[in-house]
Amino acid sequence: MIDFFLHGFISTFRGSRPYWLWITFLLAVALVGLNGWAVQLAHGLGTTGMSDEVSWGMYIANFVFLVGMAAAAVMMVIPAYIFKDREMHKIVILSELFAIAAMVMCILFVVIDLGRPDRIWHMVPGIGFFHFPGSMLTWDVLVLNGYLLLNLYVCFYVLYTTFQGKHPREKLYLPVVFIAIAWAFSIHTTTAFLFQGLGGRPFWNSGLIAPRFLASAFAAGPAFMILVFLFLKRTGSLDFDNRVIDRIRVIVTISLLINIFFAGSELFAEFYSDSKHVIHFSHLFGLHGKSLLAPWIWSALALNVSAAILLLSPLRRSQGVLIACCLMIIVGIWIEKGLGFVIPAFIPSTLGDFVQYVPTLNELRICIGVWAFGLLLYSLMLKGALPIINQKPK
Amino acid sequence: MAKQEKNTLSRRDFVTGAAVTLASASAGAAALSPLMDAEEIPTAEEFLQKHYRELTPADKKEIFQRIEEEIEKQYGVKATVDDPPPLDGVEFAYVLNIGRCIGCRRCVYACMEENNLSRDPQIQYIRVLKLKKGSIDLDTAIHDYPANEAADPDYFYMPVQCQHCRNAPCVKVCPVKATWMEKDGIVVVDYNWCIGCRYCEAACPYHARRFNWTRPGLSREDLNPDMAYLSNRPRMLGVMEKCTFCLQRTRKGRYPACLEVCPTGARKFGNLRDPDSEVRRILENERVFVLKQSLGTLPKFYYVFAK
Repeated sequence: MIDFFLHGFISTFRGSRPYWLWITFLLAVALVGLNGWAVQLAHGLGTTGMSDEVSWGMYIANFVFLVGMAAAAVMMVIPAYIFKDREMHKIVILSELFAIAAMVMCILFVVIDLGRPDRIWHMVPGIGFFHFPGSMLTWDVLVLNGYLLLNLYVCFYVLYTTFQGKHPREKLYLPVVFIAIAWAFSIHTTTAFLFQGLGGRPFWNSGLIAPRFLASAFAAGPAFMILVFLFLKRTGSLDFDNRVIDRIRVIVTISLLINIFFAGSELFAEFYSDSKHVIHFSHLFGLHGKSLLAPWIWSALALNVSAAILLLSPLRRSQGVLIACCLMIIVGIWIEKGLGFVIPAFIPSTLGDFVQYVPTLNELRICIGVWAFGLLLYSLMLKGALPIINQKPK
Repeated sequence: MAKQEKNTLSRRDFVTGAAVTLASASAGAAALSPLMDAEEIPTAEEFLQKHYRELTPADKKEIFQRIEEEIEKQYGVKATVDDPPPLDGVEFAYVLNIGRCIGCRRCVYACMEENNLSRDPQIQYIRVLKLKKGSIDLDTAIHDYPANEAADPDYFYMPVQCQHCRNAPCVKVCPVKATWMEKDGIVVVDYNWCIGCRYCEAACPYHARRFNWTRPGLSREDLNPDMAYLSNRPRMLGVMEKCTFCLQRTRKGRYPACLEVCPTGARKFGNLRDPDSEVRRILENERVFVLKQSLGTLPKFYYVFAK
């Protein structure tokens, strides 16, 4: 066991110059973020752009996006384990590792959003009050931490047995994998319920939020993994059959189309009925007064639709186009689920006040810092795991 | 296996790694240095304090005394922190006559003074909406009209504050039960238990909850020394607060500050369970409504159109 961790630890210290530059860069950015958080802890959330009108901002937006990224890791798991796709098997562990990193980022984004992180123990059942099952937030705490543990177990077990030169015993991890698959759906559904259960916020109060979350996650998550796999293949760190990429591309395309369909359905219901509640949508799209969000949501729409068209065209077989599409989808969905989902529900406020939200520099520093920390964690985990994945079975 | 790997770890890589680790540790300490100027650091007693509803009378005595001492230290004012319990057979309700409100905002400022609300930045529990006659469309409400534009005959005015819903979304969503409804129907917050997640603020359909984004700015002259633990004692950084129907007054038989100051008599307050109370008489005889009835929040704050 100690050997295993030692091996991983040493692996992370063996790298090329670009690797070290990358790690140093991420570490530096993460520290800048930590510095931002220290400022926020010292002076309060008044250091952010949030207000009593727009009381959730970039932190919760990034949280929502990353829950989706973590859940999407399961899309790689399904073909690998259920359809016994051998080639997928090899790389699925990499997306499970990403689920771990994404989960850590999610938890960080929630913690930095708290006004009193020192009181987090108030949630611990027994010594505090855990408002379960009444508050959806407590459900979210359970499923997110559960998902983190499940993925930690699967990754650890598979990597450890492979490290020992044994084949992982299916009985000891397959049932957990299947639980994790169901669990992945639950983390994003619960996160959606957090919003869609609020009657006072008509923008969120739609039964389509959970399905939309899943569809957009299953487009953005695998799109990110395609980028990771192609990068690893190009640098010679990992070898796999290119058909794997084709398979993931199909997943991304279908999810993206479903997501666009869901969003369209929602927009139709709102705009055609033209009830008072449409005001959040019309403000978001810049059709009602000045909106800082409009340029963002229109770009997200353009990115997602163009990516879908490209992925349906014969151009999709070109790797360059595929990479561009993946980037477009990740950015497009990040905007759609963050700026385009969390913030417009607050504009106008529940009493009809139009207050805009502009994140402060310190707030953005913290966000970027969390991302850097998550990517750092993922890079180190990959560096530790790849030699084990690549080793010849004894 | 591990040994073999270890041998291939070059000296250069090891030195680089060690240097990076060392540098990052010191950079981490530097990154955390802004914590040295933290505006509020909870004391050990504060940090370990239990939920209000788990406190014994002895605990309460000790805590209230501690708070009084802290107030004296910080503001140089001798304050009393009390804990008036909900009275049996009492359920409070509020009725606001839109026909009479002139939008002068005296209630807003009386509330601020009574409840020790932060003056810098200004926190207000009551929001007075200025609405064009002919509809109650909140999205066209004017929120920040200047004082000299009150009492405009082309408009009517609708003050909104915590509606003390019987089916309160804020109470439902709070992950730590830091906000709850008391026996007399008042929705309160334990400022020492709130974790500041602001889920209640997102859930509230009436924009009634206020968050302490910064350390509340309150001067010694502004401090109202008659305090209650669950209402107008000074708040801390990073917690939620809201209208408590001035429970420090109303549980002792007085009217809320917003009612007392109202120059037109637009505000009525009383016990819903008392068949002879003024609020009961209005509810039974006048045309009343509640805000956003379709949400099923069942407010105990009623509006009435009357002369």
